Amino acid sequence: MLATLIRLLGGDFDLAEEAMHEAFRAALEQWPADGVPANPRAWLVSTGRFKGIDRIRRNARLAPLDSMPEPVGADTGDCEDMDAVEDDRLRLIFTCCHPALSPDARVALTLREVCGLTTEEIARAFLTRAPTLAQRIVRAKTKIRDARIPYQVPATAELPARLDTVLRVIYLVFNEAYSASSGDSLTRADLSAEAIRLGRLLLALLPEPEVMGLLALMLLHESRREARSSESGELVLLEHQDRSRWNRQLISEGIALLEQALHSRRFGPYTLQAAINAVHAEAPTAADTDWAEIVGLYDVLMRASPSPVVALNRAVAVAMRDGPEVGLAQIDAILQRGELDDYHLIHAARADLCRRLGKNAQARASYRRALALARLEPERRFLQQRLESLPDWCAK
Amino acid sequence: MKYLCLAYFDEKKFDALPKSELDALVSQCHSHDQELRDSGQLELVASLAGSSASASLRPVQGATSVTDGPFAETREQVGAFFIIEARDLNDAIRVASRHPAASLGEQVGWGIEVRPVEFYQRLSAG
Repeated sequence: MLATLIRLLGGDFDLAEEAMHEAFRAALEQWPADGVPANPRAWLVSTGRFKGIDRIRRNARLAPLDSMPEPVGADTGDCEDMDAVEDDRLRLIFTCCHPALSPDARVALTLREVCGLTTEEIARAFLTRAPTLAQRIVRAKTKIRDARIPYQVPATAELPARLDTVLRVIYLVFNEAYSASSGDSLTRADLSAEAIRLGRLLLALLPEPEVMGLLALMLLHESRREARSSESGELVLLEHQDRSRWNRQLISEGIALLEQALHSRRFGPYTLQAAINAVHAEAPTAADTDWAEIVGLYDVLMRASPSPVVALNRAVAVAMRDGPEVGLAQIDAILQRGELDDYHLIHAARADLCRRLGKNAQARASYRRALALARLEPERRFLQQRLESLPDWCAK
Repeated sequence: MKYLCLAYFDEKKFDALPKSELDALVSQCHSHDQELRDSGQLELVASLAGSSASASLRPVQGATSVTDGPFAETREQVGAFFIIEARDLNDAIRVASRHPAASLGEQVGWGIEVRPVEFYQRLSAG
C-alpha cells in the first residue's frame, strides 16, 4: 500500500507515509460505525491519496511557487489492479536500491520502506545507534528528492545492472545476519528471515534466474542454522555438523529453485554459489562431498565473477580434492599478490592446511594472525582452541 | 531539470600515455560523442586546458589570495564538462553514459560525475 501511495503522491516517501497513517486512522474511526468496505485496500489507498493531495495543497499555499512538488501524474487509477500493486512494489524496491544511494543507505531504506522494520529494529540488527540510522534514512530520502531519483522500475536495458544492485542489498542483509561485524552471536535470525522474505517477494515480482539463484543460496545456507552452532554457542564447522539437523525442507526448496535457475541458462554468480552450496547439501556425510564438482563450479564462478575471496574458497576446495600442499600453494599465491591480508578467514584456512601438513610453526603464526583479525566471539574461541591444540602452541 | 556532468581523468597517467595508445583512445571517442549529441539533451559542452593552466582564488583574512594550479591537489582532475537537460536522475545517467569517459579510458582514470543543478541562469548568449 505504501508503494502505491508513493507513486500516487509524486514519489514523496515521507508524504506517502504520513498519508498512510492518516488513512489507517480514518479507517479506525469510520469502519466500526460504517462497516468494513468491500475492498478495504482500495479504500485505504484512495483515502490516503486524498489526504496526501490535501497536504500538498496546504503546503503549496505556504511555499514559494518554484518549490512545489510534482502534481499527481496521469496514472492515478489502478488502486485495485493487482498487476499495478506488484509494479508499485517493484518500483519501491528498485528506488530504495538505487545505485546513486550509498550501500548503507540502500540497506536501511529497503528494510524500512519495503520490510516495514522500525528504525530501532534496523539499528539493533546492524549494531548502530538509532539516531545514526534515522539520519541515514533522512539523507537517503533527501537525496532521492534533490537528485530526482525517479520512482520507477528500470527500463529493460538497465534492468540487469539494477537488479544486481537489489540482489546485492538483499544478500548484504542476509550476510549481516550470519556475520555480525563484532559481537557474541553467530547469527541474527531476524535479519536472515527478513532477507529471505525479501527474496521471495522479489521472486514473485520478477522471476529472473539470478533472483532464484540468490533465494536458493539463502535457503541452503539457512537450512544449516541449527547445526552451525553447538548448544553452548560454539562454532561447528561444516565437516563436523550433524547433518540430521539440517532442514531438509529448505534444502529441497532451495534445490528446486536452483534447478529452475540453471535450466534457464541465463544464470550468474548467485546461482553458481547456490550450486556449490547444493553439493554440500546433497552429500549424506562430509566424506561423501563431491569436491571435484565443487572445484569445477568454482572455476565457472571465477570466470563469471572473479574475486580474491572466490579464489580463496576455490583453494580450500582444491585442498580437499588434491591435498593440502596444493591448496596451501594457492593460498600463499593470493597472499603474495597482496590480497586479503586483512581477512581473518584466509589466515584461518592457511593455518588449517599447515596444521594438516604438520607445519606447526607456520600454523601457529597463521592462527595468531587470524585471531588478531577475527571479531566474532565464537570464531575467536574456535581459533584459540585450534591454536592451543597444536603441539607446543605457546612456543615462539 | 539540468544536470552538470564533470568528466574526470588522471592527469599524470594520461600525460604518460604513449602516442599510439592515446590515438587509439581518441579514435574511439568520436562515435560516443556523436551519440551524446544525438540524444538531443545536450545543452552545453566544453573541454578544459590542463590543471596546470589554472589559477585558484581563496579568501585569506578578508582579501583574495591567488595561487597557481587547481583548487584541490588531487590525482583526478576535471578535463571537460557538459550540461544536459533530463527528466530525472535515471534519464540523466542514461544520457551521461553516452559520453566516452563513462565507458572508455579506464586505464587513465576517466569517469563522469553527474550533479543535479539547483539554480541555473544563462546570462550571455556567447
